[in-house]
Amino acid sequence: MKFNRHHLLGIKGLTREEIETILTTAESLKEISFRDIKKVPTLRGKTVVNFFHEPSTRTRTSFEIAAKRLSADTVGLSSSTSSLVKGETLTDTARNLEAMNPDVIVIRHSMAGAPHLLSRMIKPSIINAGDGMHEHPTQALLDLMTIREKKGRIEGQQIAIIGDIAHSRVARSNIIGLKTMGAQVMVAGPPTMIPPFIDSMGVGVTYRIEEAVAWADVIMMLRVQLERQKQMLFPSLREYSRFFGLNPEAMKKAKRDVIIMHPGPINRGVELHPELADGPYSVILDQVTNGVAIRMALLYLLLGGKKSEMAD
Amino acid sequence: MKWLIRGGRVIDPQNQVDDLMDIYIHQGKILDLQPVPPKRNATTFSDFRVIPAEGLVITPGLIDMHTHLREPGYEYKETILTGTQAAVAGGFTAVACMANTLPVNDTQAVTEYILHKAREARLARVFPIGAISPGLKGEALAEYGELKNAGVVALSDDGHPVMNSQLMRRAMEYARAFELPIISHCEDLFLSRPGVMHEGPTSTWLGLHGIPSAAEETMVYRDIQICQMTQNPLHIAHVSTAASVQLVRDAKKKGLPVSAETAPHYFSLTEEAVIGFDTQAKMNPPLRTKEDLWAVQKGLKDGTIDVIASDHAPHSPLEKEVEFDLAAMGIVGLETTLPLTLNLMHLGILTFPQAIAKLTQGPARILKLNGFGGLQRSGPAHLTIIDPELEFQVDIHSFRSKSKNSPFHGWKLKGQAVLTMVEGRIVYNQMAPTSDL
Repeated sequence: MKFNRHHLLGIKGLTREEIETILTTAESLKEISFRDIKKVPTLRGKTVVNFFHEPSTRTRTSFEIAAKRLSADTVGLSSSTSSLVKGETLTDTARNLEAMNPDVIVIRHSMAGAPHLLSRMIKPSIINAGDGMHEHPTQALLDLMTIREKKGRIEGQQIAIIGDIAHSRVARSNIIGLKTMGAQVMVAGPPTMIPPFIDSMGVGVTYRIEEAVAWADVIMMLRVQLERQKQMLFPSLREYSRFFGLNPEAMKKAKRDVIIMHPGPINRGVELHPELADGPYSVILDQVTNGVAIRMALLYLLLGGKKSEMAD
Repeated sequence: MKWLIRGGRVIDPQNQVDDLMDIYIHQGKILDLQPVPPKRNATTFSDFRVIPAEGLVITPGLIDMHTHLREPGYEYKETILTGTQAAVAGGFTAVACMANTLPVNDTQAVTEYILHKAREARLARVFPIGAISPGLKGEALAEYGELKNAGVVALSDDGHPVMNSQLMRRAMEYARAFELPIISHCEDLFLSRPGVMHEGPTSTWLGLHGIPSAAEETMVYRDIQICQMTQNPLHIAHVSTAASVQLVRDAKKKGLPVSAETAPHYFSLTEEAVIGFDTQAKMNPPLRTKEDLWAVQKGLKDGTIDVIASDHAPHSPLEKEVEFDLAAMGIVGLETTLPLTLNLMHLGILTFPQAIAKLTQGPARILKLNGFGGLQRSGPAHLTIIDPELEFQVDIHSFRSKSKNSPFHGWKLKGQAVLTMVEGRIVYNQMAPTSDL
């Protein structure tokens, strides 16, 4: 198993072997979270900065827990507490952070490419925790891990991604990751939310979610952002939920062993019916659990931790 | 000073000249052009200083009809002095500068200020372009009569489209009284916002908002229709898409007074230059696809596109070393336009005279610049000497321009201006020191 990267900027460019390495590492680390003492000394003395320039509760918490379970020190920095509100540029903030010699900077940013900009300017490892509409690689990895765990394998699975594809970094990273791992992907949603040229990414497209649901082994629902209505992307939440939301009616045609995923947070009753979010098909909370394991694996792999230190 | 430029290949598309010639220059004017090799009358011209030009190409002074000199208002990006230094280093003897300064060039005072600064710099001639609407706001007509008297050669809200079709109609109608062409920045903002690159496969997987080709094309079509209605000369700035080229081609076939320009980046680069979020490749209109690039090249070849302009848009690192969404649009171009144009010749797309025509005859005709665009007896001696074989690597650090934002850094190119002369005065000289000029 080899993983020689310094940064994790996206799923794009990762090989199948690298993804396998991350997933397998995460599977072996997952068990730590179920111990009485949920901590190993692997990354003792390392510093992880969580630089969240866009609000996020779960990703941030997940990274923080992951770092702490490996005994790294964590520092949080959010847009409201950083100097960005005082007009400091991202580059300046990054250089200042670098001057404090952290080992990893986890960055969430509202603009695509922000982690790439940082990676060109400063030395610490950069982990992309979501950049604009571009990528959310750790989410895609935890989704892949969940699919592999629940379905036994990823190759050959039929994955339907439903909702606002155009504005979703989760959709982009998942499409790239799933295709790399040999799955088939279909996207579904209103045409205004399916980006033109999406077929260049090797996915099927439908505007009828029943079609996607009937085809799928895995249904991945995306959050619809309420302000999209103002951008003339759909007429009303009522119409959206009726025609593009997943509800028990739409699920009637689904395969019996289908699983339902959602990156959260859910708009209950909009893109996902409450009954389904908590129902037997849902693996949404497994995704959250796996998120910690994936982030532990990445910190471990990027910082070149030694396997022996992981032993009990 | 009296000069004899000896033995160079003179390419003057306006006068259909492509010959080895001697050019005699006296008191800022061209005294004579003589084919080589007749016997030189040594006694008559013995007091002329010789510029040996064997193996070099002499063209009418190059004209860049689309630059942003940033002064007044944004002197940290460029000034008229540094901009014209860059111009002459790129072989340009004249530049037309866009009105999006601070304050906007929508009044006589700003035009006069620009001309005053240009006279002080004494390098390339500067031809200001006035605003179509005060403040480039697209809400009313600027005072075209006053602007024309002050010295503007065209009208444009470049940087901003005129979204109001009725205002565009009135602008084209009213401009007729002053014989000013309208240069249109074609962009439907409702379609382009909040786009930051071309809408295509690359924007889709980069997760950047796209600017569809239709944002440009619908406005090109609209403006051509308004041109048909008003018959005022219309010049389409920075054409970037295949359909835009076709719309201009069709308009010309109908005999409408429509002309068009493109910039070197649209025939040298595609949207893929943005991969990696390189802000040096962020411009407006955005870099498009291979098919668009080919169509632009074809449009240049068949004469649909009359002009190659730099769209020189200097920006400081403050505006470029930031997140892609926040980065300013545009690149500097004065010092790379000629070699990138000559690259089309090396690729066999344009002949040498065709390439030169896009930088001389074309802009001179559209802007009606007296004394520019051709070389003739008794005409002013604005000329450019080009070494077509000179190979070099683009190095932004060597740019005279105050800003260095160029995606061409590191490119290996062939052919460069080595001497630039404005009214018989050498304003740039990169020729071998042995020539002792």
